[in-house]
Amino acid sequence: MTKAIPTKAKTKTPAKAKAKAPAKAKPKQGDILLQMRNIHIKGKSDESWIDIINGIDLDLYRGEVLGLIGESGAGKSTLGLAAMGFCRDGCKITDGSISFDGMDLMQMDKSSLRELRGKRIAYVAQSAAASFNPAHKLLDQFCEAPLVHDVMSRNDASQYAIDLYDRMNLPSPETFGLRYPHEVSGGQLQRAMTAMALSCRPDLIIFDEPTTALDVTTQIEVLAAIKDIVKEFNTAAIYISHDLAVVAQMADRIKVLLKGDEVEQAPTEIMLKKPSQEYTKSLWAVREHTRKEQPAVKNQTPVISIKSVTAGYHSSVDVLRDVSFDIHKRRTVAVVGESGSGKSTTARVVTGLLPPRMGSIEFQGETLPAQYQSRSREQLRHIQMIYQMADTALNPKLRIRDLIARPAKMYLGLTGKALDDRVRDLLHMIEMEPDQFIDRLPSELSGGQKQRIGIARAIAAEPTVIICDEVTSALDQLVAEGILKLLDRLQSELDLSYMFITHDLATVRAIADEVVVMKDGDVVEQGIKSKMFKPPHHPYTELLLGSVPEMDSKWLDRLLDSRGKDNLGDAAIAKMNKKS
Amino acid sequence: MAYLLTLLWIIVAVLVSLGAGWCFRAFLISVSSQNMAKVFRTAPLTASFGLLVIAIYTSCAVFAPLIAPYGEAEILSYGFEPWSSDYWLGTDNLGRDVFTRLIYGARNTVGIAFLITALAFIFGTIIGIYAALKGGFIDQLLSRLIDVLMAIPSLIFSLLMLTIFGTNVISLVLVIATIDSTRVFRIARAVALNIVQLDYIEAAKLRGENTLYLIIREILPNALAPLAAEFGLRFCFVFLMISALSFMGLGLQPPSADWGSMVRDNADLISFGDITPLIPAGAIALLTIAVNFVVDWMLHRASGLKD
Repeated sequence: MTKAIPTKAKTKTPAKAKAKAPAKAKPKQGDILLQMRNIHIKGKSDESWIDIINGIDLDLYRGEVLGLIGESGAGKSTLGLAAMGFCRDGCKITDGSISFDGMDLMQMDKSSLRELRGKRIAYVAQSAAASFNPAHKLLDQFCEAPLVHDVMSRNDASQYAIDLYDRMNLPSPETFGLRYPHEVSGGQLQRAMTAMALSCRPDLIIFDEPTTALDVTTQIEVLAAIKDIVKEFNTAAIYISHDLAVVAQMADRIKVLLKGDEVEQAPTEIMLKKPSQEYTKSLWAVREHTRKEQPAVKNQTPVISIKSVTAGYHSSVDVLRDVSFDIHKRRTVAVVGESGSGKSTTARVVTGLLPPRMGSIEFQGETLPAQYQSRSREQLRHIQMIYQMADTALNPKLRIRDLIARPAKMYLGLTGKALDDRVRDLLHMIEMEPDQFIDRLPSELSGGQKQRIGIARAIAAEPTVIICDEVTSALDQLVAEGILKLLDRLQSELDLSYMFITHDLATVRAIADEVVVMKDGDVVEQGIKSKMFKPPHHPYTELLLGSVPEMDSKWLDRLLDSRGKDNLGDAAIAKMNKKS
Repeated sequence: MAYLLTLLWIIVAVLVSLGAGWCFRAFLISVSSQNMAKVFRTAPLTASFGLLVIAIYTSCAVFAPLIAPYGEAEILSYGFEPWSSDYWLGTDNLGRDVFTRLIYGARNTVGIAFLITALAFIFGTIIGIYAALKGGFIDQLLSRLIDVLMAIPSLIFSLLMLTIFGTNVISLVLVIATIDSTRVFRIARAVALNIVQLDYIEAAKLRGENTLYLIIREILPNALAPLAAEFGLRFCFVFLMISALSFMGLGLQPPSADWGSMVRDNADLISFGDITPLIPAGAIALLTIAVNFVVDWMLHRASGLKD
């Protein structure tokens, strides 16, 4: 932000911030832009066609932001894409009408649709990293759409790009576009993508989970940028997300979907305060789960003790610096931090995948060999792991029976009937009906069920410690809630200790006894949960805590007022680093 | 006019093959179990035609003595008899029945090609996955060694090896299998490299599984689709390689019937306008095309595309 050039937009900024509040009170401004009636979409599964969307109506007015909420599989993205008259491969719109600014998208031929997309309707995908072409510079990709649609000349387009980059608070907007996608951070890339969606000044932008893959602090930057720009250009938007608190900040009106049906729809304020449907209430209730904190343990050998570990992947850089903390019996230690803070690396050191450069890992008082290959089978058995992506953590070609049976067979020597009984017991413990699931393949399970199988595989070894690496972050809130409750119950039944790695503070609040906050490979702060959530905080902890969206539609505005637009995410961290 | 007639023949041939494919698919669907029937229903006509051809070749190879009218090396008359009701495709340079030898050729050539491909795959796959799994020095050592072997043109290399080890069936099989396994190694390693970094491999390693279990239970089942597709292609190449070697006199030795040497032995006939020597060549071409049709279909299935 050192050499930000003064542009017209810059001078406008303060006035705009104040104008925001009254605009929100009256959502239905302007005339109707998008009208979808009785939309039916079917998807091909093996041989048959199954319903994805069953007759949903959707209205969108100019300048309005509509939030679409639902679990995965609710049809949010499909409906969002249908607003462009587009369907994914293997899907088709079977019934209904889509009219955009008076044009019937269902009747249009491909070339006129192509003319419309990118120019008047734009799409922002969840993973900006996967959506940019890694071989071209950001600016070239920005200019592509305006040139193709003949909206601007190349020079005007790049000037406009710099202008937009500046408004999005991207660092040195003049030269930002000259970088390649891999040269900027995830949050910056997502903002660059939003800027790109605006390149032709569209009437409608569809945001498909634009911040789901981001850290809380980065998420704020992106949310602020999107909110700002949508208001300023009076662009209508459909904002798809499973995170209620996020949608509450962005949307004027919220529509809740469940398995292709509309559950309810209401203005944000009303939706937050008194949702009328049971399903919506259950979604709202999720964030209220907390467990009773257990007292801190003293004078007892910790189950796992991490002793001033310094580690790194290649020769030069240390990813972890002098990290120490203990995990006690029947306690959950939550390790919190942003991506790149060294949480998962700590887990790799504990499991022996990454031998530390200095320091050691102790298990019940005795030092473990640094490498997993040199640990005994018994030592391996005591430390088990549950992974973030259940999809890649379960071998897709093995049946549930074999997946769970393997550790029981290896470590405990069970065979035949005893093994089968054990597998069935384990399935009961994770609340899955053995007869129904035992012979299935992982691909025949839902995301939450797969994660449960991952848990069953871990407890099949009868371990002492389980390392949970972001186990709920890929799941919907309701499902994640179920997993957390299950882990909680198993802990008290089996006397387990957890090292719970997460970036989500709501999860920490729900499950932890002790919290370790990490940043750039250092432990910034650690202590019991109740203390950690009470001030005074370390500045970084405070930043993390303050960045968690709350279920209040005014939260983002308040935060922006208090912190200022230039003091979010990366910028705030940089400022903090300078101070310390 | 002749041009149009040829065109007409080609169209008729294509339609007949597709029709045969359609009938064969209907037959397969009706005889196989429910799960398999579901798979066959998605097969395009080209693939089912390919399956039909492969089925015919296989039954020829298995039941050769029952189908063939004469013995494999039986000398029946003077050389180069024309086509007749006694000798359907005439006789070859020594007076043996060409039709009989064509059927026995399926047994020798296809059988040996299959054996070679299978050996090459077992060998190449296990070493390839092992290299990917171990990484580092072992991977480098194996990969560079294979690179050296691949750097030598395969036909020249096999000619060299066969002159050293002698031209019998066993050395033929082992030499070509070794050379071919280098190509399989490359693919198996590339596929396995993507798999070994997945979490379930890490989980298995942390469980303390040994290398053999990792290769066979965890990695191989997930690498099978691309490898199976490659198997079909490799099979064709091996086939052509044996035929090429036979044509040069280093492949299967007489009196065993073999399509490559049949072309060479009867090549003289072409100058007299007789197409008999082209029939074994055509048999090779047809099988190659058939296998490729099936492979294309399998690749398509493995890629998971929906249309």
